[in-house]
Amino acid sequence: MRPTVSDKPVIDIELNAPKGDWRDAHVELRRGTFSNASLPKDLIALGLPNPRKWQPTDLDWQLPADWKGILLRGMQERLAKYRSFRLFMDVCVRCGACADKCHFYLGSGDPKNMPFARAELIRSVYRRYFTLSGRLFGSLAGARELTEDVVKEWFYYFYQCTECRRCSIYCPFGIDTAEITMIVRELLSLIGVSTHWVTEPAANCYRVGNHLGIAPHAFKDALDFARDELRELTGLDVEIPISRKGAEILFVMPSADYFATPHYYTLLGYMMLFHEIGLDFTVSAYASEGGNFGLFHSNDLMKRLNAKIYEEAKRLGVKWILGGECGHMWRVLHQYMDTMNGPADFLEVPVSPLTGTRFGNAASTKMVHICEFTADLLYHEKIKLDPSRNDEYVVTYHDSCNPARAMGLLEEPRYVLKRTCNHFHEMPAKTIREFTFCCGSGAGLGNTENLEMRLRGGFPRAEAVRHVREAHGVNLLACICAIDKATLPTLMDYWVSGVQVAGVHELLGNALVMKGAKERTTNLRGEPLAKEAANA
Amino acid sequence: MKALIAAAAAVVFLAMAGASAGAVPGGTAAITVVLPYFAFLTLSVGIAWRVWWWAASPVPYRIPTTCGQQRSLPWIRTAPIDNPDNRVMAAIRVAIEALVFRSLLRNSRTHVAAGRLVLSEARLLWLASLVLHWSLLVILLRHLRFVLLPTPFFVPPLDALDGFLRIGAPALLITDVLVVVALIYLLGRRLVNPLLRYMSLFTDYFALLLLLGIAVSGIAMRYVAPVNIVAVKEFALALTAFHPVVPAAPSALLLVHLLLVSTLAIYLPFSKLMHFGGVFLSPTRNLANNSRRVRHINPWNSPVPTNTYAEWEATNADKLKLAGLPLDEADRVR
Repeated sequence: MRPTVSDKPVIDIELNAPKGDWRDAHVELRRGTFSNASLPKDLIALGLPNPRKWQPTDLDWQLPADWKGILLRGMQERLAKYRSFRLFMDVCVRCGACADKCHFYLGSGDPKNMPFARAELIRSVYRRYFTLSGRLFGSLAGARELTEDVVKEWFYYFYQCTECRRCSIYCPFGIDTAEITMIVRELLSLIGVSTHWVTEPAANCYRVGNHLGIAPHAFKDALDFARDELRELTGLDVEIPISRKGAEILFVMPSADYFATPHYYTLLGYMMLFHEIGLDFTVSAYASEGGNFGLFHSNDLMKRLNAKIYEEAKRLGVKWILGGECGHMWRVLHQYMDTMNGPADFLEVPVSPLTGTRFGNAASTKMVHICEFTADLLYHEKIKLDPSRNDEYVVTYHDSCNPARAMGLLEEPRYVLKRTCNHFHEMPAKTIREFTFCCGSGAGLGNTENLEMRLRGGFPRAEAVRHVREAHGVNLLACICAIDKATLPTLMDYWVSGVQVAGVHELLGNALVMKGAKERTTNLRGEPLAKEAANA
Repeated sequence: MKALIAAAAAVVFLAMAGASAGAVPGGTAAITVVLPYFAFLTLSVGIAWRVWWWAASPVPYRIPTTCGQQRSLPWIRTAPIDNPDNRVMAAIRVAIEALVFRSLLRNSRTHVAAGRLVLSEARLLWLASLVLHWSLLVILLRHLRFVLLPTPFFVPPLDALDGFLRIGAPALLITDVLVVVALIYLLGRRLVNPLLRYMSLFTDYFALLLLLGIAVSGIAMRYVAPVNIVAVKEFALALTAFHPVVPAAPSALLLVHLLLVSTLAIYLPFSKLMHFGGVFLSPTRNLANNSRRVRHINPWNSPVPTNTYAEWEATNADKLKLAGLPLDEADRVR
């Protein structure tokens, strides 16, 4: 007998009118909707304050005795250091344009997830301690006391924001919730309140070189394994040089590319491309992580982790740096790296050795996005593609938040995709490009204990995919973000089954026609090609 | 609801105070002379101080929100305004934001119906905001007739344009209608939309009600209980010439209007009505997205501890040797 299938999800998405008063700071910590606390070992490794064993469900969070003073002095310091913070605390008019733009609000129905409500959680404290009207009129002026309950509320809601910046594009004053979230997380870290899934990868990255703490010999093993796999697939010896001095280009990718799937197929794609065009490059065991979980903790930690990239480029004596597919990594590289750890005056303005294209847009940072690099190769017809090798896929493209809204890298990946596959369909216009919906797991929220909230936050993205799945039979969601690749498969399995997730350079690797290579019968995943399947 | 009641009570109280001021000895002088000067001073000093307070703070990072294609390869079409590549384009982006509220125009409504996500158009907030702000500007310019002599050249044509419908006498001014309609819409959505009602503060209602009070009292002076325009103008001109004359027996409406306007001027620098600062100063809007092309300088770029290559190699030397990876230390020994 055919089993009965019910499409009713366990997670009910409903948006009801909010009840109660938002000034009430009490938080209900429902399992599945928050992240575990940092472990003391990681805070010690990073030299961060107040290392201790605790969990958010504890009654006593073991805050330092002067926690309130630390937070208020921290706010004062940041009001002096960031115009963004000073301005965003003052100028909101609560017009509500942002209210229904947040994927966490749409997925959870929790009114404190509306961007203007999330910001009011700290704005109310700002008014109470830093404005005259707040001191004089208190709650009538929208001011709140800073209490331990407020700290717990901040922890819950500012770790329920993926810093995706979607609300910011709708704001008439450009208020950026990502900026507010980053500052509140920084404040919380001053009293030792942070999450395990952020500080452990950061500590690993700091000491060993990458998020999982894969030591240099294991890093080499992973790349040797890829080399073996590519030999089997193409019959070619695809060399992956590590820490080779004098190479022209340093290639930096998110570490997930060499330890997780489906990222791994993207790694195969990059390496096939580099081999085919004979690129003079090296990867590094020291700077073996492009991702930067410091971004999800504090600007200082971001800077500490990012420093390795320029230091390694200088040590190896490369001319410029090429960066792989990753979302938040590119936020750091594009908007912070040069300011924090530059000037990169020991590098040269990037020039593609194949096309001669000078990447003037990276003239100062000297770091080029792989999609910019590949789009340029394709435009100048430097590589040959057979898109029919991707014929089993009906593809759509998910813009990752950071490349979309903190960079504007929209056309380059599409240009590559449209040449590597024959079936491509866009999702609805209000859900892509600058309007893109987050995967729901960015900014350090992609852990398993937070799974329900991730699935809720990813619901709007999944709905847009469902739309093109129903309309065009889309079965592959392409993206250029390591966190997307790690978390979208779960999201798809739950909301839109039958959709796989792949990097843009995986599809490129499938389609790439390589000189001297043997006839391809499978794609990079080892699945028979569509035409092979038809013949069988 | 408490916030709304408190705001309404505050505006009604102010209006009543204005209406009855004529009966109190010195009341008329306080509202027609002392208060306007005090309000004007507070407004000017307050705005200057607030803008300085924001503008004086550093912008450590270049963090524009990009709303279109970046400039990368020459053959890719860019979005030069929504993703500006240089200062001029960033200034144009800010100007469009300030003049036609570009970001609000992007607005859409998203809701969930029967477990599915539904996106629909939503332009009313944009329209109402635009109408409100432009009407307020026209009304403000029209009022220059009262305080400047000779009347600025652009005021009479503006009046004519505003009254071109020629309904009633004196001719109905379009902005008078529009401003009231827009204010009622903005107030109404705060009351009807449960999300906005949940978040609205005293200041949100107070600002709208105060503006409504000013508009209604002004309109009433024109159409309901007309005041002696010549006398009002003489009084206002004397005020701006710093030879104030306390008007004998002014209309109660004029006192209400003056009191509410003065309240607005005093309140403005300390309130959310300073939101125009955000339009011009937000680093997410007024900076060019060229951080890879031009290095942005952080004035307080503080040093941080890092795990240098030498330290890293020292702790990982065994593993590097095991994997046959090159070491700098070995270079030095050789």
